[in-house]
Amino acid sequence: MAQISLDEIAHSYLPYPKNDADYALKRIHNIWNDGGAYALLGPSGCGKTTLLNIISGLLKPSKGRVRFGETDVTDLPPEKRNIAQVFQFPVLYDTMTVFNNLAFPLKNRGFDNAYIKTRVKEIARILELETVLHKKAEGLGADAKQKISLGRGLVREDVAAILFDEPLTVIDPQLKWQLRCKLKEIHEQLKLTLIYVTHDQVEALTFADQIIVMYEGKIVQIGTPQELFEYPNHKFVGYFIGSPGMNFLPCTMENGRARVGKFHIPLDDRTAALGNRATGSLEMGIRPLYLKIHGQETAGSFQVPVQSVEDQGSYRVVALSFNDQTIRARIAENEPVPGSMAWVSFPEKWIRLFENDQLLK
Amino acid sequence: MGLILDQVNKYVEGEMHLADISLDLASGSRNVILGRTLAGKTSLLRIMAGLDRPSTGKIVMDGKDVTGISVRKRQVAMVYQQFINYPSFSVFQNIASPLQISGVPKATITEKVMETANLLHLEEMLDRMPAELSGGQQQRVAIARALMKDSQLLLLDEPLVNLDYKLREELLEELTAIFKKRDCVVVYTTTEPSEALKLGGNIVVMDQGRVRQTGPTAQVYRNPATVETAQLLSDPPINLFAARLKDGHLTLGDDLAIAVTGSIAALSSGRYHIGIRPNHLYLHQQESGDIKIHATVEISEINGSETFIHFQYSGYKTVLHEVGIDARKIGSDITVYMNPANFFVFAENGELLISPGAADTAENQTA
Repeated sequence: MAQISLDEIAHSYLPYPKNDADYALKRIHNIWNDGGAYALLGPSGCGKTTLLNIISGLLKPSKGRVRFGETDVTDLPPEKRNIAQVFQFPVLYDTMTVFNNLAFPLKNRGFDNAYIKTRVKEIARILELETVLHKKAEGLGADAKQKISLGRGLVREDVAAILFDEPLTVIDPQLKWQLRCKLKEIHEQLKLTLIYVTHDQVEALTFADQIIVMYEGKIVQIGTPQELFEYPNHKFVGYFIGSPGMNFLPCTMENGRARVGKFHIPLDDRTAALGNRATGSLEMGIRPLYLKIHGQETAGSFQVPVQSVEDQGSYRVVALSFNDQTIRARIAENEPVPGSMAWVSFPEKWIRLFENDQLLK
Repeated sequence: MGLILDQVNKYVEGEMHLADISLDLASGSRNVILGRTLAGKTSLLRIMAGLDRPSTGKIVMDGKDVTGISVRKRQVAMVYQQFINYPSFSVFQNIASPLQISGVPKATITEKVMETANLLHLEEMLDRMPAELSGGQQQRVAIARALMKDSQLLLLDEPLVNLDYKLREELLEELTAIFKKRDCVVVYTTTEPSEALKLGGNIVVMDQGRVRQTGPTAQVYRNPATVETAQLLSDPPINLFAARLKDGHLTLGDDLAIAVTGSIAALSSGRYHIGIRPNHLYLHQQESGDIKIHATVEISEINGSETFIHFQYSGYKTVLHEVGIDARKIGSDITVYMNPANFFVFAENGELLISPGAADTAENQTA
């Protein structure tokens, strides 16, 4: 295991990149700690797979150096980098038994049989594959095969990192919960450095200690799930994390309040001071979870039309028309549902201001 | 008017793929087929489309028996998991293609393409080729093409499965609005309960080639007919415990004795399964009648706005889902609160006997 340093990395798929737009990765300069669980999260085309391939050695970056601990690995191919990889689809030998599939990466590196046996059994126990250890892989279901794939990635203790590229995409929702928990357990027990690429915010947030949110070839924020949710650095993070995403309303400052059309929304002193200092275009952001909906007028609430109410099982999403824009509130299953008009209030604690898409802080 | 399937069976090389399927889907209705991979969703959709013939049974479209009639002679539009477009046609030509075959005037075609492209936010890309588009945009083109014809039946087979999470969320919202305006029968398959709930309308729950339950989605969510349906409609999975009832006392798991009243107490003594959804387990007391249990945290997950805590209770894997962030360390002791008012009670054979808030659901229906 090792610390991974990404030193001024940039990458273009073009032979002679001219400007910023030609780069799939713009500038990545980061250090990832030994034993951490990281997720690379972003929409397709954001550069997350490019970055993963640079770490694994499938791609050599146009600029910058990659180091595992003290060793510069920039020019090394994947097989010399001491990493394990798990892909979206199972990679295994169908005609081999589950045991031999799991043992393969170890046999290849000449570990002795006694060690291989202990280690394979341990991994099989964690992944609940003990009962099928001596069956051939080909007869097993898609989920069992993907578990074997995970096991092959996890079996070596001597790797610098394990890289996962959307490993749960083909798995049914109920099983995803189990496998995700398994990965978390494994991380707790084995303390390996794990890097997990996904477009699925739930997978990223539940799996990782640190989430690296990428957008248009850049890292827009690195943080814990709570940080990303409560203090999104950039409007993109506010939109991308959370379901539904953050509500944004263009606003101006007036007497320490955020003015949205005819509505004057109270702010706390700190937020108001940030807003007063801003010179660029200003927007107010608030999470659907924190908007409060009332059946009658309460202090500081505004009366607005209800556009729709969607029952999503354990919660409901209420769409409201606020100054001719749609904002959404997420309310609990047992909360009363308003009629055609509702009163909405914005708890000061949860209002964020953004200037030119960047969080004011 | 609509689509009727009457006792449809499908066998392939002696193996049962679909068994005894009878459905009545009205024109203008949204129908979501929910089931795990290999539950028979795609097989059923192909039979509805006329791409495959059922081994036995009848298919009636708008009052006409269409069982043996091929897809070409039916008014059906279909969207697949993979993005299928004509690679050498522009986006405009792709969307226009269903009308060009039937000799519609050019002006009408252009008008219709523009209207449909607007609906799916493709108006800026009409001159591009499919290969120049992102996956999400390509799938929008495929959906736009499916919407061009006034088909009686619009079938979508996990259309969003290959798209990014956030795109899926947006497209799903747009599709729900589009479906609401169509007069045709819409059938949409998915493995994800959240997708089914977001689309609303009616649900057809499938498992192992059979239809397990049908009805308005929210109603089926609150009244799953069996343990299996409850599991299929819960993400995170519903918690299930074996229980014994004797003289008005319910024993959950090994030794949790609960004094129950009302409909649960009125059940005869015996063995039952108790289901409780993760969002009805709490870290803090909600009501005076709450029961508490003690547990040790195995895994705690935070997805930003919500906390999921996994623990074992009496040997059962259990998950608690709380809104907001309440991080608990692995191995720490927690007290979990629950209320019998939120219990689903299933018979030993898995059939639903009591669902929580059954009275509320009845009210909602009449409202």
